[in-house]
Amino acid sequence: MSQQTLVSACLGDMVVSISEFVGDLTVEVSKNKIIHALEKLKSDPSLQFDFLSDVVGIDNLGLHAKKAKAPKKDEPQQEAAPDAGATLPRFEVVYLLLSLSSNKRLRVRVAVPEDDCVVESVTGLWRAANWPEREIYDMFGIRFKGHPDLRRLLMWDEFKDHPLRKDYPLEGKNEERILNYLD
Amino acid sequence: MSSIQAYTGSGWILTKAEELINWGRKRSPWPLPYGTACCGIEMMAALAATYDMARFGAERPSFSPRQADVLIEAGTISKKMTPVLKRIYEQMAEPKWVIAMGACACSGGMFRTYSTLQGIDQVIPVDVYVPGCPPRPEGLLFALLKILEKIEKDHPLRELAARNGLEVCK
Ligand code: SF4
Repeated sequence: MSQQTLVSACLGDMVVSISEFVGDLTVEVSKNKIIHALEKLKSDPSLQFDFLSDVVGIDNLGLHAKKAKAPKKDEPQQEAAPDAGATLPRFEVVYLLLSLSSNKRLRVRVAVPEDDCVVESVTGLWRAANWPEREIYDMFGIRFKGHPDLRRLLMWDEFKDHPLRKDYPLEGKNEERILNYLD
Repeated sequence: MSSIQAYTGSGWILTKAEELINWGRKRSPWPLPYGTACCGIEMMAALAATYDMARFGAERPSFSPRQADVLIEAGTISKKMTPVLKRIYEQMAEPKWVIAMGACACSGGMFRTYSTLQGIDQVIPVDVYVPGCPPRPEGLLFALLKILEKIEKDHPLRELAARNGLEVCK
């Protein structure tokens, strides 16, 4: 059986979409089922995705605007496309899994809407998720429910913003003034 | 660099106290190697055998700021790290000098971002800037020689007197 059917069978109706590109299998699951889905992928005897390589965040802000604009140019009569683009959730959290026994990899994505920036923490499944989740919180402002210590990882504690969001200016907003070293 | 100006005889030497102090300082500018990024590698090369910065008196890289004279800031300073840099500079005993090595230390270099300090001269005084990304070890040696020139032109006693509000006869 192919890896794709195995994963589909394991997750059942938790799968939102599943696709393969140049040998990389990606599965999207819904946000409120993420813990359950990852738990299943970890414990399934034929998959055994027991190793969490990384957790990363994505901000799709500009991408959605572009996607929404693109069909307008070619076919102005199609009005449904821009709406579909606008309702796509802004953020994504991606879990990169590895099976140490079969050496296969899997990418699990969850969509995170801007008005509900909370995802269940997977630190209960993999303690390795601790720092990556802190980094995502620091850079994107996505909170992780159940995380044991959700502090900023890279920026200093008094920092207010989330600098990897696409609407944050590259050169910053002079936040260093918050630090009291510039007398 | 001119040597100390003095009258000498067998068993005695007559010179100005300031010149004697400068003569001593010039021969032992102990560096504090503060390498925070790639420039640090080039600084290590300058300190190691091939370039041998010890030839100019920088004999003992001091990893304690309290025993160091020349802070060599080699590398990028993130804004989060800035208080640490300032603290280290403040811990160094007077007299002290600072070399900003590399584009990052001089101006932030190519990292014009929210996380990088745009030049260490925003928080501590800098004596010599060494441009380059990274500068060659010769560049750092040249900067040290510039520091030595600067030491030679110093007036340590006059400054001490001025700090304590004393009149100085010219
Ligand atoms: S100036 Fe260039 S070599 Fe030096 S720390 Fe910056 S990036 Fe690295």
